[in-house]
Amino acid sequence: MSTLEIKGLHVEIEGKEILKGVDLTINTNEIHAIMGPNGTGKSTLAQAIMGHPRYEVTAGTITLDGEDVLEMEVDERARAGIFLAMQYPSEVNGVTNADFLRSSINAKREEGDEIPLMSFIRELDAKMETLEMDEDMATRYLNEGFSGGEKKRNEILQLMMLKPKFAVLDEIDSGLDIDALKVVAKGVNELRGEDFGCLIITHYQRLLDYITPDKVHVMIQGKVVQSGGAELALKLEEQGYDWLHEELGIEAETVEQEA
Amino acid sequence: MTVETKLALTEQDVRSYSEKMNEAAWMTDFRADAFAKLEQLPMPKPDKTRIDRWNFTDFPIHAVESSVYSSLDELPAKARELFDAEKPGSLYIQHNNTPAFLSLSDDLKAKGVILTDIFTATREHGELVKKYYMTNGVKVDEHKLTALNAAFMNGGVFVYVPKNVVIEEPIQALFLHDDEQVSLFNHIIVVAEANSSFTYIENYMSTVANAKGQANIVSEVFTGDNSNVTYGAVDVLSEGFTTYVNRRGVTGRDSQLNWVLGLMNDGNTIAENITHLVGDNSGADMKTVVVGTGKQRQNFTTEIISWGKNTNGMILKHAVVKDESTAIFNGIGKITKGAVGSNAEQESRMLMLSPRARADANPILLIDEDEVTAGHAATVGRVDPIEMFYLMSRGITKTEAERLIIHGFLAPVVDKLKVEGVKKLLTEVIERKVR
Repeated sequence: MSTLEIKGLHVEIEGKEILKGVDLTINTNEIHAIMGPNGTGKSTLAQAIMGHPRYEVTAGTITLDGEDVLEMEVDERARAGIFLAMQYPSEVNGVTNADFLRSSINAKREEGDEIPLMSFIRELDAKMETLEMDEDMATRYLNEGFSGGEKKRNEILQLMMLKPKFAVLDEIDSGLDIDALKVVAKGVNELRGEDFGCLIITHYQRLLDYITPDKVHVMIQGKVVQSGGAELALKLEEQGYDWLHEELGIEAETVEQEA
Repeated sequence: MTVETKLALTEQDVRSYSEKMNEAAWMTDFRADAFAKLEQLPMPKPDKTRIDRWNFTDFPIHAVESSVYSSLDELPAKARELFDAEKPGSLYIQHNNTPAFLSLSDDLKAKGVILTDIFTATREHGELVKKYYMTNGVKVDEHKLTALNAAFMNGGVFVYVPKNVVIEEPIQALFLHDDEQVSLFNHIIVVAEANSSFTYIENYMSTVANAKGQANIVSEVFTGDNSNVTYGAVDVLSEGFTTYVNRRGVTGRDSQLNWVLGLMNDGNTIAENITHLVGDNSGADMKTVVVGTGKQRQNFTTEIISWGKNTNGMILKHAVVKDESTAIFNGIGKITKGAVGSNAEQESRMLMLSPRARADANPILLIDEDEVTAGHAATVGRVDPIEMFYLMSRGITKTEAERLIIHGFLAPVVDKLKVEGVKKLLTEVIERKVR
């Protein structure tokens, strides 16, 4: 079993504090969901875990099986087993999707132990079929000219090919119709198991109809204010966040934040 | 300020050289005439680069004699990779200033295709060469450097593809430089008659790290009605050469001329690539990639001039500059009065890898006709940190991520070179330069 542990995490962007002490522990074989109103720091948490250059951790720790994640460069975090499915993935001209995936897979392997081309292609074909992606997506330039839905599927394709220990899915459901949502959920559910832990960041309960979380956390104003089981997500869907505000005595305002 | 041009050669030297090379008599006179104009002509004035202190005229020796190759096995290994050794196809190799190897299939010969060194061409195909040599493309008296090329020409190739001949396999030329004393005054003529179609790809390769001479290269390409020509070039001349390279095209009706240029010299370079869209409905697609390193100064002018109706000009240029190098991109789309229905598009992208590198994109549209379309896009910037974050978030190291982004940035042009060996060489050169 592996554990990703976040303790007392404070994060700033351009001098403004967004996360104000987040505590969260995720084990493999667990799927966690973080919900919360817009602009409360959910995406900031995702970016801070991966090491986005614009987000500055001012206090707290993130560890992976006791190893200090914050000391690692972005690529080292990835090779240690952390993955972030991004809300707005970059478009990279001239680099094909397949070449990018192969470079990513080989980055984790020793020199001389690169993935054989044929097994790579076989695996890629199989995963793309699961995600109902067009064949030409492999040879197109990375995310260039992809529709919103294609980009999201492509993030999940990378997730399935790289098989990390922990995946953070940052609003992977935004802009997806119900069919695409099911496909994305199918991909994530395929990874479910003893060697995989996942943190799903979402506004809506909708995605959680297809990926049942083990734990649900609510984030408001830069902190995790409530945790529970799958039923908590349903309650939020039905009743919104007002009851939580009242219960916890929080004024309903959101932290200004630009992604 | 004018720098006085002191030429080591006399008119008599030029005449003697012509005779020694067994050229046709008209060529001897043509050279002497160009020589006479040299003194009076001004230097070219590339926009945004001052070249008045550059040395384009001093060189140790006019021409050297180098060995010829009886087989491709005698070539250096990295040159051999450019061709299919089993089946060299249509190939001309020049060793410094010496025509050193020629291969052309009997089939193409029977169809009337000509591939030969420029000296032989003036003799054996005099009327044809005379028709195209600095008449309608590049003019002798454009400036001092074109006249210099005309007077001192010491190499080059003549390619002629007759009417209706379609050649699938590319015609290749290799200009191999392995002597520090050498200067290259090359002249290349490519003629496509009506309805013909082919690709010509040339490589300039240095195997010595230094050069003391000049590289003054003129290429003229003529596309006949309804022909389709792709002209590819990978220039990798060593440091020390001051290079002036002028590649010019003139299109016939309904023809298409594509340029794919990998300009990878290690020395200071002035490169000019102009296409005159003369025939109605003709088009030019001009792609260029450039990498600047060290203290290199380089200036690249790409221009398409629409004369005919419904012509279409597309310019795409990508540059990577690092260290303290400077690269200027001048892009000019010109539509003359009467070129109704024409289109001029251009795109310049420049990536700076070092704080002291300088890149300047200078797009110009000159439109004298109303019913036309035109557009330009230019960006000068650095590697996007968010793109780097994305690639690194998949485990790719910083170095490898940068490499992927740079190769990706140049790929839209590199991928257009149809010969695997040439593409591979260009990729390796880019790798060496950006490392």
